Amino acid sequence: MRFGVVVFPGSNCDEDCRHVLTDVMRQKVRMVWHKERDLSGLDCVVLPGGFSYGDYLRSGAIARFSPVMKEVIAYAKKGKPVIGICNGFQILLEAGLLPGAMLRNRTLHFICRPVHLKAETDQTPFTNRIRKGTVLTLPIAHNEGNYFADPKTLEELEEGEQVVFRYCDPKGHVTDEANPNGSLRNIAGICNPKRNILGLMPHPERASETALGSEDGRKIFESLMSA
Amino acid sequence: MERSDITHLRELNPPKLNAKAIQRRRSTKAVTMTTATPEREIKEIARHHGVTDEEYQKIVSRLGRVPTVTEIGMYGVMYSEHCSYKSSKPVLRLFPMEGARVLVKAGEENAGVVDIGDGLAVVFKIESHNHPSAVEPFQGAATGVGGILRDIFTMGARPVALLNSLRFGDLSKPRVKQLLKGVVSGIAHYGNCIGVPTVGGEIAFDESYEGNPLVNVVCVGVVKKKDLVKARAKGAGNPVFYVGAATGRDGLGGASFASRELTETSEEDRPAVQVADPFLEKLLLEACLELIQSGAVVGIQDMGAAGLTCSTCETASRGGTGIEIDIAKVPRREEGMTPYEVMLSESQERMLIIVQKGREQVAERIFRKWDLHAARIGQVTRSTLLRVTENGGLAAEIPATSLTDEAPVYQRPAKKPAASKEKIRLDEIPQTDLTESFRTLLASPTIASKAWVYEQYDHMVQTNTVVLPGRGTSAIRLKGTKKFLAMTTDGNGTHVALDPYRGGMMAVCEAARNLVVAGATPIGLSDCLNFGSPEDPEIFWQFKECVRGMAEACRILSIPVTGGNVSFYNESPKGAIDPTPIVAMVGLIEGFQPVTGDFKEEGDAVILLGKTQEALGGSEYLKVAHRHKIGSLPEIDLMQEKALQRFLLSEIKEGRVKSAHDLSEGGLAVAAAECTFMNPERRIGVLFEEEAFPKMRTDCFLFGESPSRILVSVAEKAADSFCQRAVRAGVFAVRLGRVGGDRIQFGKKIQLPVEEAEQIWKGSFHELLGR
Repeated sequence: MRFGVVVFPGSNCDEDCRHVLTDVMRQKVRMVWHKERDLSGLDCVVLPGGFSYGDYLRSGAIARFSPVMKEVIAYAKKGKPVIGICNGFQILLEAGLLPGAMLRNRTLHFICRPVHLKAETDQTPFTNRIRKGTVLTLPIAHNEGNYFADPKTLEELEEGEQVVFRYCDPKGHVTDEANPNGSLRNIAGICNPKRNILGLMPHPERASETALGSEDGRKIFESLMSA
Repeated sequence: MERSDITHLRELNPPKLNAKAIQRRRSTKAVTMTTATPEREIKEIARHHGVTDEEYQKIVSRLGRVPTVTEIGMYGVMYSEHCSYKSSKPVLRLFPMEGARVLVKAGEENAGVVDIGDGLAVVFKIESHNHPSAVEPFQGAATGVGGILRDIFTMGARPVALLNSLRFGDLSKPRVKQLLKGVVSGIAHYGNCIGVPTVGGEIAFDESYEGNPLVNVVCVGVVKKKDLVKARAKGAGNPVFYVGAATGRDGLGGASFASRELTETSEEDRPAVQVADPFLEKLLLEACLELIQSGAVVGIQDMGAAGLTCSTCETASRGGTGIEIDIAKVPRREEGMTPYEVMLSESQERMLIIVQKGREQVAERIFRKWDLHAARIGQVTRSTLLRVTENGGLAAEIPATSLTDEAPVYQRPAKKPAASKEKIRLDEIPQTDLTESFRTLLASPTIASKAWVYEQYDHMVQTNTVVLPGRGTSAIRLKGTKKFLAMTTDGNGTHVALDPYRGGMMAVCEAARNLVVAGATPIGLSDCLNFGSPEDPEIFWQFKECVRGMAEACRILSIPVTGGNVSFYNESPKGAIDPTPIVAMVGLIEGFQPVTGDFKEEGDAVILLGKTQEALGGSEYLKVAHRHKIGSLPEIDLMQEKALQRFLLSEIKEGRVKSAHDLSEGGLAVAAAECTFMNPERRIGVLFEEEAFPKMRTDCFLFGESPSRILVSVAEKAADSFCQRAVRAGVFAVRLGRVGGDRIQFGKKIQLPVEEAEQIWKGSFHELLGR
């Protein structure tokens, strides 16, 4: 597969994504500078984590106006897979490709630590290799990961089985205690109704090698590769 | 040599000559003066800038004329303790700086460089940002991180890790909580945004830091040897670029501010604290590294303390050249700034870049790509003068080296305190309830889990952190190699207060031991020496003794000092802080995984390496369980230390050690407890046999802080031969018991479930600070 990793000014997980996709998953990667407009030949676009434009104003709020985003929106509308990780997820929300918004974590702190996630659906190109109910361990690292949406949107997400990951305890119980940031319904990741756009706060690229303590993140990339 | 006509010198809007305003370095309003300032006033201004009359006379004779206000400002900051090291320089010469791996020695550049093989080198440095953090904790700490990062990437190295060493007063006090929260979020703000993992460090609490917290930050970078860039201005005619943020009045005279004691009115110095913009620095970082790859760069220096003044005179001095700049071309964010203010501003995220003549367009293209503001402000000259003009008028013309190499150096008087700290005999200390003391120690903020802090730092970005904070000595992998870097910061102010010479040795030894337990060979250290006023002979004596002790330890352990920072004047109205040297040390591991401190397997033998002395002086136990901060420090034998480290390293290399943990605050009991719950995925108990305890007071054995000790676990069947080899290597080894169960059992003296111990250890910060 050929992945495109978008580089915004202030992205800082772009290189980590490139490393995992090329050195670990053995796939081809093109780094796409945010001023570029050409996404041709890419099988999947990755919006990586970081602090695009310093997250000044609001996370992802400025990045959505980068020239490349017009192309990302068109690319996604064609049904091709787009994955936004952490800041990438925030950009997807700001761009309107996914519903909802991010509030500050309820602790009012940045939080960096591994969390448990319950995979809620295997009906996406990102999770087709992860059986429903599987508990994954992936790290989070964010200040604004407290997912918020109005009740109607939440109902639509649930009905459409668009909630892809929820924060849970090691046994897979979705509890308030296992919710690190206060996200509504413990939401950690969602997809669009067409299921080709995934946004998630945890970092799969940080958990794809034994040396880093978890390989659960690979399952997301493996799913994409077998989709 | 060029010599300008003095009649061309004219004052360009010198600052308002209000003595009080100058004293506070807050001279922000300018008045236009039509006549040159009379010498009497210039002399007075010089005094207000901390320039002594004697220094002033030397300046006059060096220049052959009366300096301008701008020039006095420039001399004032460059001659400040912060920039000139005028008190510490003669003492710092005691440090061994040579080493087979050392590529750039201490003081030669912005940071030391150490060879790690395969064409790679490590660049690292520690720096303090104590005073700004005391006044404005969030911005003070954030800009501290920004400054140390720039020191590393301006040399061409990509920053791969940050660490920090923090000291605060009593954490139960609201002001201290506020300071800690501010500092931690400031560090998080900068490091997280710029994408460099904050992988480790340490925090300790003691009332001596009440009004003057310590914020020391470390950055470690990796560079291909061939890409190393020096901060030198070479090649007459090469253009000088100013890149990054526009210049404002923020941080005006920050270096002088850092060279004074904190007083009740220090809060009014808030304008001397700068404002951080980590996003801009991320752009600067990427642009600088790209520019270096392009080969168009001659030299880079960041504008930190003393801003444009320091970066121009230092690059010129190192290059043996001159620089001329036209400050009318300096981008500004405030109107009506005088040359004085432009030259002394410490606005953050600014760089001075000297580009090869003819390659300007390459540089400009890269700056444009990263949306950076760059301005060509001058050029390298054949003279050795730093020449500052504004719209054709001369504002300053100073021989560059007169600001740097020729800065004054003082042999400060040192006097041993008449009655050094009060002594206490061991038999005057009652043995309290051991279990209760153990709980108290686990909950003591200095010892308790720092997860509340490090979880606010992104410690995983760059995906190299193989040993996460809290799991042992921080270590990162170097992708594409079989190498790992282990990193630590250590320093115990209480120890140094009680005995600066021995305490200095202990700081270096502890740092080295922390690397060795991971299996790393120490390759260099950078030190941050936090002391009170050097003008106080008793404090200067502490400083000299401490450095002497540190230097001695470095020599015996063969670890070169590759750089560092001295922070004097750490005093609040309550007095000076405990003298606190912080040692930042980097170690190299090649070909095997770093060893962590957590116990690994049921049944493994637990062995204590190193001798325990029957002493409690300077221990956390004495402090928290008995409220004493007195007593004699235990002895330290550097040859013993060396034998211990050498032995453990060789055993680790042979793959015989399952876990290793240094003994420090809280002694054996705390170290053993940490080994049981350090890995949240594998908590496991430990049992010490009482028969193995030496004949001494149990509290000394369990909580004493004798140096040169390490707790290891090895496979049961390998234990006997391990101990035999230790003895042959001249290392004291005693088998204390084994790993297993779900309790921490020290004979019958203490029995505590692992889970309970962990709850106490983990809960402390949350109890004091909330979620």
